[in-house]
Amino acid sequence: MNFLQALGTWALNVCEQLGRASCFLFATLGRRPRFIRTFPLLIQQLYAIGVLSLLIIIVSGLFIGMVVSLQGYNTLEKFSATQQLGQLVALSVTRELGPVITALLFAGRAGSALTAEIALMKATEQLASMEMMGVDPLWRIISPRFWAGVISMPVLAAIFSAVAIYGGYLVGVKWLGLDAGAFWSNMQSTVDFHGDVINGLIKSLIFGFVITWISVYQGYDAVPTAEGIARATTRTVVYGSLAVLSLDFILTAVMLGGW
Amino acid sequence: MQQPQRWIEITVGFFLLIGILALLMLGLQVSGLSTSLTSKNSYEVTANFDNIGDLRPRAPVTISGVHIGEVKSISLNPVSFKAIVTLTLNDNKMLIPDDSAASIYTAGILGSNYIELTPGFDDTSLHQGSMITSTHSALILENLIGQLVYKIGGGSDNASKKPTKAN
Repeated sequence: MNFLQALGTWALNVCEQLGRASCFLFATLGRRPRFIRTFPLLIQQLYAIGVLSLLIIIVSGLFIGMVVSLQGYNTLEKFSATQQLGQLVALSVTRELGPVITALLFAGRAGSALTAEIALMKATEQLASMEMMGVDPLWRIISPRFWAGVISMPVLAAIFSAVAIYGGYLVGVKWLGLDAGAFWSNMQSTVDFHGDVINGLIKSLIFGFVITWISVYQGYDAVPTAEGIARATTRTVVYGSLAVLSLDFILTAVMLGGW
Repeated sequence: MQQPQRWIEITVGFFLLIGILALLMLGLQVSGLSTSLTSKNSYEVTANFDNIGDLRPRAPVTISGVHIGEVKSISLNPVSFKAIVTLTLNDNKMLIPDDSAASIYTAGILGSNYIELTPGFDDTSLHQGSMITSTHSALILENLIGQLVYKIGGGSDNASKKPTKAN
């Protein structure tokens, strides 16, 4: 009986959390957008979320591309098919690695910062005092951060993919001595703009949406204590990463299934 | 942490700009979108093949190994059950004789298939919508091995039968 009760409580809690998160999302999106007044806030958040994540994205993109190229070269060499290295790097990066690794880094770098910031605002009662002054915190705090995250993520993913492919080029052509023409032309004849590049960007857009939603909601819903903030930040990274990896499987299945 | 507003706006603009540049690089350099966008004076011809093997859309079309176009689409003729391959040829200033032959070859052992056009000698040339009539199917490795095994195994039978038929 106790076990059944525990299971029931857990299920009810999950449903409650999901419901609250959805209500929160609709409340945020349902705000009438006032572009002229929101725009400076949005720019501020694009700087904090997008521009400051740029360095980690570029550096990890470069190294991921280089290591994929090196591994791919050593494997393809067994079949003397090293000419296909360009398409191997480009396809794996644009389809999978670009969106997924960018999303994981984004959850760690920007998502946790968003949660901690909003949760601290809540703990120090800044959100409550805003409401007292008649300023809607959903409009003033949450909405710009949410949109900045959704906009930044595809941009970061595109930069990641481009840098990673260039990293693959550096290792494959400049270091291991493949022919540059074969590298690029094999890549161009296999990679399809709609099927690979655009689908990768759609993936990253969805990941950005989910991660920002999770991190903003966890911050807004955090228990307003030091421990609560710590837990909310951890939850953001864990839930965000799990959501990205499982969504990635579903999206890939949908996209490969002739979409 | 507090940066002047102007600096923030400049870096955000820079951020979005390199995002767009990265997308352009992915489009033009990686997926080769430029070849299909810039070729305004391209034209399409069709060719019917008995068997196209592993040919895929976007496979290259070459003459003497030089890339002159790509496979646009592949469909099946519902009556004759032959494969209809639509080719996009890039340059309409280059006049290709319309009795040219199209053959499907394989690039390397693990390579993908491509179409090689062998120019003919006719005075009229291929134009939008014309059809290449002389085609050679892809060589299917299993069929070749099958024929080889048949030749080797049935060689003695053929040798004994053929003279009687000829006679």
